[in-house]
Amino acid sequence: MLTVLLLLWPVTAALLLHFFKGKSARVAALGAALLEFALALYAAGLSGANLTQGGDISPKFEANYSWIPSAGISFHVGMDGLSLLLVLLTTLLVPIILLSAFRRNFENESVFYALVLFMQTGLIGVFTAQDAFLFYFMWEVALIPIYFLAGVWGGVERARITFKFFLYTIIGSLFMLAGFVYLYFQTGPTVDGLSAHNASLSAFYNLNLPAETQLWVFWLIFAAFAVKMPLFPFHTWQPDTYTDAPAPATMLLAGIMLKMGIYGCMRWLLPVVPLGVDYWQNLILILAVIGIIYGAIIAIRQPDMKRLIAFSSLSHVGLMIAGVFSLTQLGLQGASIQMLAHGINVVGLFFIADAIERRTGTRNIADLGGLTRQAPVLTVCFLVLLLGTVALPLTNGFVGEFLLLAGVYQHNAWLGAVAGLTIILSAVYLLRMFQRVMLGPDSAHSATFTDLSGAELAVLVPLIVLVFWIGVFPNMFLHLSEGSVLGILGEVVKR
Amino acid sequence: MGLGNLFLGFRRSNRLLLPVMMLILGLVLTVNFLDWNQGPQSFFSGMLTIDNFSVAFTGIVLLTALVLVPFSQKYVLDEEANLAEYYSLLLFSMVGAIMLVSYNHLLMLFLGIEILSVAMYVLAGSDKRNVRSNEAALKYFLMGAFFTGILLFGMALVYGATGTFELSSISFAAQNPVNATLRPMLYIGMLLMLLGMAFKVGAAPFHFWTPDVYEGTPTFFTAFMSTVVKVAGFAAWLKLLVQAFPAASAQGVWLPTLTAMCVLTLLVGNVGAVAQTSVKRMLAYSSISHAGYLLVALVAFNGALEGPTANGIMFYLLAYSVATVTAFAVLKLVADARHREDYAGFNGLAKTNPLLAFCLTISMLSLAGIPLTGGFFGKFFVFMAAVENGYIGLVVFAVVMSMVSIYYYLRPIIAMYMRDADEETAVPVPVTTFQSGALLVLALLTVLLGVLPGLLAGVL
Repeated sequence: MLTVLLLLWPVTAALLLHFFKGKSARVAALGAALLEFALALYAAGLSGANLTQGGDISPKFEANYSWIPSAGISFHVGMDGLSLLLVLLTTLLVPIILLSAFRRNFENESVFYALVLFMQTGLIGVFTAQDAFLFYFMWEVALIPIYFLAGVWGGVERARITFKFFLYTIIGSLFMLAGFVYLYFQTGPTVDGLSAHNASLSAFYNLNLPAETQLWVFWLIFAAFAVKMPLFPFHTWQPDTYTDAPAPATMLLAGIMLKMGIYGCMRWLLPVVPLGVDYWQNLILILAVIGIIYGAIIAIRQPDMKRLIAFSSLSHVGLMIAGVFSLTQLGLQGASIQMLAHGINVVGLFFIADAIERRTGTRNIADLGGLTRQAPVLTVCFLVLLLGTVALPLTNGFVGEFLLLAGVYQHNAWLGAVAGLTIILSAVYLLRMFQRVMLGPDSAHSATFTDLSGAELAVLVPLIVLVFWIGVFPNMFLHLSEGSVLGILGEVVKR
Repeated sequence: MGLGNLFLGFRRSNRLLLPVMMLILGLVLTVNFLDWNQGPQSFFSGMLTIDNFSVAFTGIVLLTALVLVPFSQKYVLDEEANLAEYYSLLLFSMVGAIMLVSYNHLLMLFLGIEILSVAMYVLAGSDKRNVRSNEAALKYFLMGAFFTGILLFGMALVYGATGTFELSSISFAAQNPVNATLRPMLYIGMLLMLLGMAFKVGAAPFHFWTPDVYEGTPTFFTAFMSTVVKVAGFAAWLKLLVQAFPAASAQGVWLPTLTAMCVLTLLVGNVGAVAQTSVKRMLAYSSISHAGYLLVALVAFNGALEGPTANGIMFYLLAYSVATVTAFAVLKLVADARHREDYAGFNGLAKTNPLLAFCLTISMLSLAGIPLTGGFFGKFFVFMAAVENGYIGLVVFAVVMSMVSIYYYLRPIIAMYMRDADEETAVPVPVTTFQSGALLVLALLTVLLGVLPGLLAGVL
């Protein structure tokens, strides 16, 4: 019941938002999002203890309603530790993203905020769905609002860029749908006997398809995830979209939406077609590592701050993909906690890039410099988030990246070594950006630059607290996902 | 079926007509559903049968007409328009449509098609001072008459081979032939009937009339043409396929032709739509492509007239009609105000008329088959049924084609939300409250079908 409430509240709030005009809409939206976060925290508090049991993959807070009874498709939701972790991430980041948008005056504000809340329903739906078709449905529910957020409020080139983004993702997800339809027809009847097949997650886990079938079904399902994450070479939509979308939409895309792909791999790919995963494992690992290096090298040469962060995100996601496909407990656990850490860091970095752009009117690194003297607080915040991204010990990034690298190393030492370059390279491009923007000689903008305002601090302080909190006490988050990760790996090795 | 007669004989006073028309349609719609689950009832000595199948499809036809009528408002104010005549012709055509979804005898099929078509020929030319409209009417009439002839010829041959016009008797006679030498005659008859039906629903390669006729016909009647005519046509075709020529008797003849037609229709419809610059022509090609998706269902049809596959087709047609009516209604309002029908005519509509933009967006997403809208589940049910019956290759092709369709369905959305209007068009399009209400209801219906498809998933 709690899961259903978590799902329905944002969309209800989004509808109600139409009764608010102008500035009151943003306050109402923020209130709704905070309430949602409180609800998620309550769920975490209730279940914290039982979710830490090893190997328990069964969802808590389950709700199962018949949706299309004649086809055996049900509205089946529930949360295990991994889902809960991502629900927490989503419900935490959405109010922060809403708050970050306060400084901008968007046209049709209530619609803008309503779309963000609407998207939240889709995201939570993806993370809690226990039925393949519900998962697909929610996957698209999350896409439609972000398309409009990026398309209506985006930059000059928005029509072309969002069109490419939409086509890429929807074609990817149609492949996934095709894969699900194929798997659906391999399943047995529903419990009530109304339908000859059913699409529940557990039915998919028990399929035991022959290896040669799994080889191609793997690509059908993986297509959607590869585009969403994105995995090199399916990433070409990503830098443009991230750069051109308004800052809140970019944060949603990078902070939460790409986690849909990684979560999808862990939940709907590894345990469903384990033999296919086993076969393609090395190819995906190599692509992921190429993505790490490729994203980092382009980021080093990038003159635009937002674009630089976009490529850095591409590089970091590569490592998460590699961790997932290392099929080790360390790798999957690392990916789980890194999803959380990356979400926090990347949202923070995009917010700072946006804050600088709002003040100076430019994102071009070459035009900036010497901002520190006017804005010491911003400098500190920037530095903390940056160090978190670079994976300095005691920050959140360290835990995740360390586990991920250990996982990849366990699978293959050479790949692990190459993937380890990510830490060095990200230090290179991020510190280079920091130096040129914040330090260095004064630029035309440094005299008039102002420090962070109270509202901006309200965005950054929770993020910074979390950077350290996760860095110092990673165990409580690792415990949350441990049961699920063991369960997933258990399904994988069962065959 | 005596209901049909209720339609006739209404005329008079322009202002009263609109409410009266809606009242009649609403009344008939209600009466229609009284027949739900009453079991098959025969009328006119067994020539028409009212069962759940026909009640459901009649419901779609009447509902479509009911929500369309408010958009004829412009004619109410136009002194020169002969509103009463348009309305009575529309009502006549409804009678034809209802006969098409409930016929049990080839004679009724023919009469239904003729009643429907003749009314449409006239309505296509109703804008009599416009050359395009005249061209449309003439083209539609000439082609239509030609294909009616072919259909009739096919019926005659089938009669010659089986000695009956009754659907079930044809099926029986085809499977137990008295005289084997008559077989070729039966097959040729079947094929000719197939061609005749293909023309009526606008399936390739008999689609050439569609874009021109749709473009020339006044938008209000185009909307009618692409929904009511198509729904009735497909229901009739389905009945013919299932009740008269079931798989056992004619699969070898009927099925390859239908499959080829299906592939061609999907290709022509989608690729043709990509190249259009006028939204109205795009919608014309889109209606061809949707005929293609429905042909997938016809090809894969397996089982009785009332079952999951028929239910899928019904769901598809309902979602398609609702979305198409919305699209044409918005197009009509915009085109009347801005005097252009191309994509650029929609520029900046989201700023001037957010409601129209919202409704058209929902409609486009539904036609493209994107989740949260009825169109997605329409395609989903149809394709699932086809996969279940083993037509995987056909479904893959159809899915690829629907990926293509996303391109042209997104173009109006991009124009409305992401491009700004030039100065002369940046004024709000006039819409009455009543019309906004109707549009909103349609949009909500589309979303409802897309969120709770279970409501209608097992009715047939």
